[in-house]
Amino acid sequence: MIRWDWIGRNLDDIGALTGEHLLLTGIAVAAGLVVSLGLSAIALRFRKTYAPITWVTGILYTIPSLALFAFLVPITGLSILTAEIGLVSYTLLILIRNIVAGIDGVPPAIKEAADAMGYTRRHRLWAVEIPLALPVIVAGIRIATVTTIGLVTVTSLIGQGGLGALILRGLGTFYSPIGTTQIIVGTVLSVILAVAADVSLAFAERVLTPWARRREAAA
Amino acid sequence: MSFLADVLAWFADPVNWSGSGGIPNRVFEHVQLSTFAMMIAALLGIIPAVILGHARRGGVLAVAAVNIARAVPSFAIIALALPVSIALGLGLGFWPTLLALVALAIPPMFTNAYTAVRDVDPGVVEAARGMGMTPAGILAKVEVPMALPIILAAVRVSAVQVVATATLGAIVAWGGLGRYVIDGFATRNNVEVFAGGLLVALLAVATEVGFGVLERLVEPRGLRMLRGQEQVVRPAPT
Repeated sequence: MIRWDWIGRNLDDIGALTGEHLLLTGIAVAAGLVVSLGLSAIALRFRKTYAPITWVTGILYTIPSLALFAFLVPITGLSILTAEIGLVSYTLLILIRNIVAGIDGVPPAIKEAADAMGYTRRHRLWAVEIPLALPVIVAGIRIATVTTIGLVTVTSLIGQGGLGALILRGLGTFYSPIGTTQIIVGTVLSVILAVAADVSLAFAERVLTPWARRREAAA
Repeated sequence: MSFLADVLAWFADPVNWSGSGGIPNRVFEHVQLSTFAMMIAALLGIIPAVILGHARRGGVLAVAAVNIARAVPSFAIIALALPVSIALGLGLGFWPTLLALVALAIPPMFTNAYTAVRDVDPGVVEAARGMGMTPAGILAKVEVPMALPIILAAVRVSAVQVVATATLGAIVAWGGLGRYVIDGFATRNNVEVFAGGLLVALLAVATEVGFGVLERLVEPRGLRMLRGQEQVVRPAPT
């Protein structure tokens, strides 16, 4: 069913599309993280804004991506910008919820201890609260990344798409074995990317939070 | 402003309200297929989940289901459903879209329903057993009613995902509201694209709100006080 010879002849092309897929994902998650950190800072500082922020980002999350792209295309065209605005908007709800939950989950006693040691509010945030919230924040980044890798495929419909473009090409010639091969290769690689990204982020978290491992070893 | 005027004119045009390509028929197709998919997926997803949750077995399966569902793009599932449907002799359009939507909707409903039943307060289950209730009675009269709010929330989030993904059915030659967006992209008709996007977004939000209202109506009265933060695992957006 799979035409291995086609794969062999098109390795360069497949590699380029995989790279494009990673690039689209990387930009979206990085930009989403920047926006989410900003909105989370506002939500943490001014508690009343948290409900409206999650409400709006929740609606964004509910709107199908194809509809969102349909709203953006008349303004920003069939471009990478359209794709990125859409992709970023789907990361916000997950990231903001986890950042706020992570910071909220820092035990009050630890914050008081930091205060007693003379930490300023900002120093306490960066040196105490964010590091302790990191596991929850990274959990959010992992979900956002895996989700984005999947959503990138849809952006093939607006002329982007990375591996989604390969799947779309396969749909164009679905009656041929090459079409089926393109669909399967696009799908399998996209799943591999998602799993690899998830595992790498989990590994990064372990490296960034050595104290958690030490505690595990002690327990 | 003239663009929005064009969109309004598109909605006012009687041509877009009649025939197989008209809005009423496209909405009907969209809702019909989504409903079929949800009914099949609910049967295949929730029933085993409730039984396994009652037995408190199969936790690994529940975790795996939702993780796998997250890693496989909906777009890819629709695309993969096409060669499968053709191999089965079911052709283009309706069947590959239905197959894909059923496959997408099962994991979140299974995982959430399983967790909901498994996590029913063991003290309550113990009390029911102490009162002499049979396992089937405990399941039907205690565990399922107590898990109902989360099961219904799972149905809601799955329904929203199904309605959203049904839009992509247009790429495997199915009708529904995705037609306007996909055909509009193909003919560079931004007005049709935008109007289609608006209809899809409205339907998705209406699904979320409609199921939300339904949840409140059928929720057992005794559980209303327990309602707290939403604990349901949401599927990835489409």
